[in-house]
Amino acid sequence: MASTGTTPHVKQHWANQLMDWVNARFPLTDLWESQWGKYIAPTNFNFWYYFGSLAAMVLALQIITGIFLTMNYKPDANLAFASVEYIMREVPWGWLIRYMHSTGASAFFIVVYLHMFRGMLYGSYRKPRELTWIFGCLIFLCLMAEGFFGYLLPWGQMSYWGAQVIVNLFAAIPLIGPDLAIWIRGDYVIGDATLNRFFAFHVIAVPLVLVGLVAAHLMALHETGSNNPDGVEIKKQPKDPATGLPLDGIYAHPQYSVKDVFGMTVFLFVFSVIMFFAPEMGGYFLEYNNFIPADPLKTPAHIAPVWYFTPYYSILRATTTELLYVLSVGLVVLVAFYWREIPRGPWRQLTLGVTAVALVGFYFIEAKVWGVVLMGASVLIFFLLPWLDRAPVKSIRYRGPLYKSALAVFVLAFIVLGYLGTQPPTPTFTRIAQVGTLLYFAFFILMPWYSKVDSFKPEPARLTK
Amino acid sequence: MSNPSEATLPPGAAGAEDVDAGRRRMLVATCVAGGAASAAVTWPFVASMQPSARARALGAPVEVDISALEPGQQLIVEWQGKPVWIVRRTKGMLATLTKDTAQLADPDSKRSEQPAAAQNEYRSLKPEFMVMVGICTHLGCSPTSRFTPNDPTMGPNWPGGFLCPCHGSKFDLAGRVYANMPAPDNLPVPKYAFLSDTKLIIGDDSKGA
Repeated sequence: MASTGTTPHVKQHWANQLMDWVNARFPLTDLWESQWGKYIAPTNFNFWYYFGSLAAMVLALQIITGIFLTMNYKPDANLAFASVEYIMREVPWGWLIRYMHSTGASAFFIVVYLHMFRGMLYGSYRKPRELTWIFGCLIFLCLMAEGFFGYLLPWGQMSYWGAQVIVNLFAAIPLIGPDLAIWIRGDYVIGDATLNRFFAFHVIAVPLVLVGLVAAHLMALHETGSNNPDGVEIKKQPKDPATGLPLDGIYAHPQYSVKDVFGMTVFLFVFSVIMFFAPEMGGYFLEYNNFIPADPLKTPAHIAPVWYFTPYYSILRATTTELLYVLSVGLVVLVAFYWREIPRGPWRQLTLGVTAVALVGFYFIEAKVWGVVLMGASVLIFFLLPWLDRAPVKSIRYRGPLYKSALAVFVLAFIVLGYLGTQPPTPTFTRIAQVGTLLYFAFFILMPWYSKVDSFKPEPARLTK
Repeated sequence: MSNPSEATLPPGAAGAEDVDAGRRRMLVATCVAGGAASAAVTWPFVASMQPSARARALGAPVEVDISALEPGQQLIVEWQGKPVWIVRRTKGMLATLTKDTAQLADPDSKRSEQPAAAQNEYRSLKPEFMVMVGICTHLGCSPTSRFTPNDPTMGPNWPGGFLCPCHGSKFDLAGRVYANMPAPDNLPVPKYAFLSDTKLIIGDDSKGA
């Protein structure tokens, strides 16, 4: 492109001339090369590295199907349910677009959960990728907001009562709670005002933030470079004199472009099977009660959120007065355990102050409120991972049995909590959920200890297979 | 560039000592004023999410005249789209409330919904008048009154109360649910106050007489 203007005798191809014209006005080639075209990635990406590109594809799918759904959907308490049925029965191909969107919502969470698990396997959140991780956690929050707001829109029984239960959680907050719940609903009960504003959040406010965060997530990633299954920084390696690339680096394009396209193909195959043959997924993707129009005077016998929220919902329900007793003891033991690690002076006073406030609060504020607090904490605690992990290595390949067992227990607790959240509470289930809640939080809170005292294998200088 | 006093600064770059204090003050003042104005502008947006005038009118507290309510009678009024019951309890009815507490799921209304002033053995501000939302805490059906003691359809030793026709939950004359019924909690008591001896306001407890 440097030849334009300097060697007028050589006639350039018109496409190159067009690119030169654009690049003189907008850094298109630079942008493409820095973000993907000349991006250098480690050579040893494996199965777990499909889910980032898959998440991006599902995001695009949700936006496109969402736009077409808004063309026929009516955000009005009297019309919403019927407009969804209209899309399903009378709009040409409406059923396909709607099932793409509803299956896409569950697919999004599956892909994102696996993507996050990859980060935990290989320590991708560790320095210098903390901001990539934080942007990712913010994306996850946006996704949860999208799921929650979007689920009200079909205006079925589960839409209505799910929103009722969740908004009433805010009413549990002392002092401001009841007014806050009214402000969120825009009415004294979930109603037309609530539906209309949830529609606004779902189709414009949250997606705008989400897309911006995805851009930030990718820019941060492409600044530091990708982590890999060995957790070894390829940027610190000597350069290959022949290519000028790090010894274990390779251009992401076309190497990983092709890999990602293959992954997308397999994913879309599975996605299509679910979408065409089991779009309700046995009541997990679309709950049966949601095929009944919302009725403010009739509560369904069993209210359960969609599967992707159930681990957190379980934690909410598991927080009873009994659990608070256990937490009080646990908190004191925890502070004693970490006491020597806390720097003297204001940090220790702060720790004691927070502990005292929490202990008093456990007895004077009802358990429901603490359930809301714990449910929020169970999501927000992911933000802290880069600083909770004190291991000298990143990847699970070079960590010892402590971290491996802790991660296994965490995954098990997450799945069990997820299952229990779909079930009506029984005394036994509540007890199991309480144990699961404690294990869930122990994974994070004890991490500064077990990630440090674990045994480790030396990291290699070069990537392994 | 680490030391601004070095002579290597490019021309035009201001070192710390070159700051025009007057302009800097103006800049800070402008930013503060602009920031305050921007913050103030968020208020209309936040406030626009409050219930609209129409929603407020439909959800406003309702005044009820109870002068015609005889002892043992029940009055049903609508508030925020829900049926609200006002029962004028006789001495005999009140006496049943202290007897049957062992069979109740939540006799002291610890986990049930009511204003603090009504969390007592009668679940009311004045023992005589019971005010509650007539929606079953199970599936939201509206229970029916079964005031007659020993009503043969209600099983032995029925002291009088309410029965939910949908799934059979039984409640006493203070809306307290019996144990092992589908409904988990007692019937909710709304905020209310006595404006006078014969006038109630439901949905507001700030203007009590």
